[in-house]
Amino acid sequence: MTGPRTLFDKIWEGHVVAQEPGSPAVLYIDLHLVHEVTSPQAFEGLRQQGLKVRRPDKTAATMDHGVPTRTADGTSLGRMAFADELSRRQIAALEANCREFDIPYYGLESPNQGIVHVIGPELGLTQPGMTLVCGDSHTSTHGAFGALAFGIGTSEVEHVLATQALLQYRPKTCLVQIDGRIPAGITGKDIILALIAKIGTGGGAGYVLEYGGSAIRALSMEQRMTVCNMSIEAGARAGMIAPDDTTFAYVAGRRFAPQGTAWDQAVAAWRKLPSDEGAQYDKTVDLDAAALEPMITFGTNPGMARPVSGRVPDPAAFSDPHERAALEKALAYMGLTPGQPLIGHPVDVVFIGSCTNGRLEDLRLAASVLSGRKVAAGVRALVVPGSQQVKKQAEAEGLDQVFLAAGAEWREPGCSMCIAMNGDQLSPGQVAVSTSNRNFEGRQGKGGRTMLASPLTAAATAVAGRVADARKLKT
Amino acid sequence: MQKLTTLTSTVVLLPIDNIDTDQVIPARFLKTTEKTGLGEHLFEDWRYDADGSPKPDFVLNRPESKRSAVLLAGANFGIGSSREHAPWALMDYGFRAVIAPSFADILRSNSLKNGLLPLILEPAVHLRLLEQIEEIPAAQVSIDLASQELTLPSGEKVGFPIDPFSKTCLLNGTDELGYLLGFEPQIIAYEQRLGEK
Repeated sequence: MTGPRTLFDKIWEGHVVAQEPGSPAVLYIDLHLVHEVTSPQAFEGLRQQGLKVRRPDKTAATMDHGVPTRTADGTSLGRMAFADELSRRQIAALEANCREFDIPYYGLESPNQGIVHVIGPELGLTQPGMTLVCGDSHTSTHGAFGALAFGIGTSEVEHVLATQALLQYRPKTCLVQIDGRIPAGITGKDIILALIAKIGTGGGAGYVLEYGGSAIRALSMEQRMTVCNMSIEAGARAGMIAPDDTTFAYVAGRRFAPQGTAWDQAVAAWRKLPSDEGAQYDKTVDLDAAALEPMITFGTNPGMARPVSGRVPDPAAFSDPHERAALEKALAYMGLTPGQPLIGHPVDVVFIGSCTNGRLEDLRLAASVLSGRKVAAGVRALVVPGSQQVKKQAEAEGLDQVFLAAGAEWREPGCSMCIAMNGDQLSPGQVAVSTSNRNFEGRQGKGGRTMLASPLTAAATAVAGRVADARKLKT
Repeated sequence: MQKLTTLTSTVVLLPIDNIDTDQVIPARFLKTTEKTGLGEHLFEDWRYDADGSPKPDFVLNRPESKRSAVLLAGANFGIGSSREHAPWALMDYGFRAVIAPSFADILRSNSLKNGLLPLILEPAVHLRLLEQIEEIPAAQVSIDLASQELTLPSGEKVGFPIDPFSKTCLLNGTDELGYLLGFEPQIIAYEQRLGEK
């Protein structure tokens, strides 16, 4: 008999195909998502070795990283007019590879094209209890469904394409216990930024994070996805949340979700996934949701975050020379002065979108702030839906009209300015408040300065033209 | 995969903590469909001025760095993206080992699959090595993977950890895929257990 097990233990143990002593486990993969940037070399590897994609039926591809979000003629395909030569080649390579290897492909002409981590859940491909991988570190997003989901490199993409399995060492487990009533105006983004600020960008290295507690249970699926999405920014390859009725209600009826009696059987199995009473974790971290404020980053990694009402920290206050030097370097890059209030710092660009905050609920939050208001003069605000479905639903609700009336740009779906591969980027020195996931130097364009925040904070900042607290915006 | 057994080299110093993969290789260079040619863009935004000219004071632009096979970085090296372009760029530049007190999980895994050794040192030893290289920049270290031993310029020998499977793969230059393909019967059996076709 085994003792009480965690959610992670149950999924891991249910997917180990084989394990030789002194070697990593052979882990079966239920779903492999593929995009254009990290896959061409993997497909080339298959061709060179005469291998096939073992389970095209457990694979799905889309294009997101390099696709333009502007369109020449109002159609999705009209975007190619704005693609540079290299991106065209990468997009063409994915199309050709999906044809050659018979992989389901949601391309530009598909009503389901979008950011890979937005369309997986949207299509019902992502389900509780699965092992799910993608050549992208934000694959941790899918852990919100109670799946074991993590990013892999291109070599591993090739391994999964060829074998539907992966060599993995068993990671350690960390319970992130978040209790308390979430105050109004606080989102999943603020929760995860507060956690990373607490444990640091290496705090989760070697671990799978399981988020639990009353605050997590109270979150919608879209907010849960935001939390799990940024697990990687704490150094954890995966973040997970036990599936519950909120999860099942989200998955039910989606295109690839089980139907009829298969659905009932699936839900019955999924109800057994949550961690058992008394299950042991290697580590536990607590966070008090009731004490949370809107968070914003001031530095050049996601751990450098503070409540928006706070001030830029002073390097002189740090005794550790490494920390002091890192902070000095970060503030010099960001153009921030020690001790200055974060609120009121002028910005050039506001970006609302990405796999972190590009879903319908995020757009509704942003629109709730922008409705009846204007983007400040001199500020460029870019709203990029996470998928064609998000775009369609947002337009059905009139959110696009709210954004356009406010003076923001409304674009076609993709990763856009989160990774700045598609022409949407900052100019050197520009400051952006962004709902994306990384504030590394140059992440949104060479020399660009990124401050990460929630859709509410981003929208309020767009209106004020300066970092702002959405809860205190004047009507 | 290129095998790695022993290595003697000077050390390039980049002792900064939390170096992210967007610095190692910025996203705009991920549009390639090849694995080669990324070395010239390694640390691009730290390495070149806005007009594209190399910054003479940046360590990777020194001629002696280009003959080195070992990079010393700070803690938590390689955070962020899963881009395997990061180890490809490091290796294309000429590195075969990165020494740091700790590594980000995906970067470490990606490095081992390409013949790039992520060599973990205790912070105190890491600092000693850093100080020795700062004192004598032309000093060399030696890595012996079989005995998992690093020899510092001072002659001090220190051990380093690596899992036995990755070590064997590196020593023999074996790709993991060959090993994984050998499990095809077990994978089929697993699928049959799940009641699949």
